[in-house]
Amino acid sequence: MRSSKPILLVEDDNVDATTVRRALKDLNVPNSIIHQLDGEDALEYLRSGDNKRPCVILLDLNMPRMNGIDFLKIIKNDDELKQIPVIVMTTSKDERDKMDSFERSVAGYIIKSPDYKKFMESLKILNLYWTLSELPYPGA
Amino acid sequence: MRDCRPILLLEDDTVDAMTVKRALKELHVLNPLVRVANGEEALVYLKDESKEKPCVILLDLNMPKMNGIEFLKIAKADEKLKRIPAIVLTTSKDDQDRLKTFQLSIAGFVVKPVDYIKFVEAMRIVNLYWTLSELPNSEQESTNEKLQTHTAGGR
Repeated sequence: MRSSKPILLVEDDNVDATTVRRALKDLNVPNSIIHQLDGEDALEYLRSGDNKRPCVILLDLNMPRMNGIDFLKIIKNDDELKQIPVIVMTTSKDERDKMDSFERSVAGYIIKSPDYKKFMESLKILNLYWTLSELPYPGA
Repeated sequence: MRDCRPILLLEDDTVDAMTVKRALKELHVLNPLVRVANGEEALVYLKDESKEKPCVILLDLNMPKMNGIEFLKIAKADEKLKRIPAIVLTTSKDDQDRLKTFQLSIAGFVVKPVDYIKFVEAMRIVNLYWTLSELPNSEQESTNEKLQTHTAGGR
């Protein structure tokens, strides 16, 4: 990533979250990972003034309490939070989910591969892109 | 890119536009490149129903008539256009430009390297990412539009 700020991972499945951590570690991505279990927890994290703003948000869609689309609706209407790039990371190939996400101007929609090597390759490309691209909050 | 729809490039400088074209060709990116010189021309293109909507928009910021930020304000307020990922491609390292464009939910902000080899590498990464990522179907109706059609339609 271009900044050393944490990556916010919103994912209800602990096994999937561990896979993301492992892949980022294997790719030597030094950013810390903040894992929240659903949209509500993620919002709570983002709205607590003491917490570091993430450089990007990796967002699952199907989650209990507050799912990914509902989370997007809220943060993209929040003047403080809407500048953070949100990348959807899901197993859903549903056209409706894609449309709902891009209508909320997500900065990428990646279908998670069940194969670890392929999954790692997609995170590698994601990391390359967000190292090339500037991010809204510069510095550490 | 993930599909073969055109790439819309907003760039007032002809030499810079040619460099983008050349880099994409070198990377074997097959999508046609539609180049317009400013935001106003881009809106005319995007609102023309006879023209195919682009898969992504690459935009410069400093342009005459309508600049990149003014264009983004309009495109991101439009139900149909706001879904198209917009990636800023600029020489501006201005903090305000970066913040303002991220506020308008851009999908990337790439500072153009002056060196051609480095520029090709940047475009390679942009192409890799938008080949990995799904893209919105610009022809599909949103839920609201669909509801209206179904109510007005009937058999």
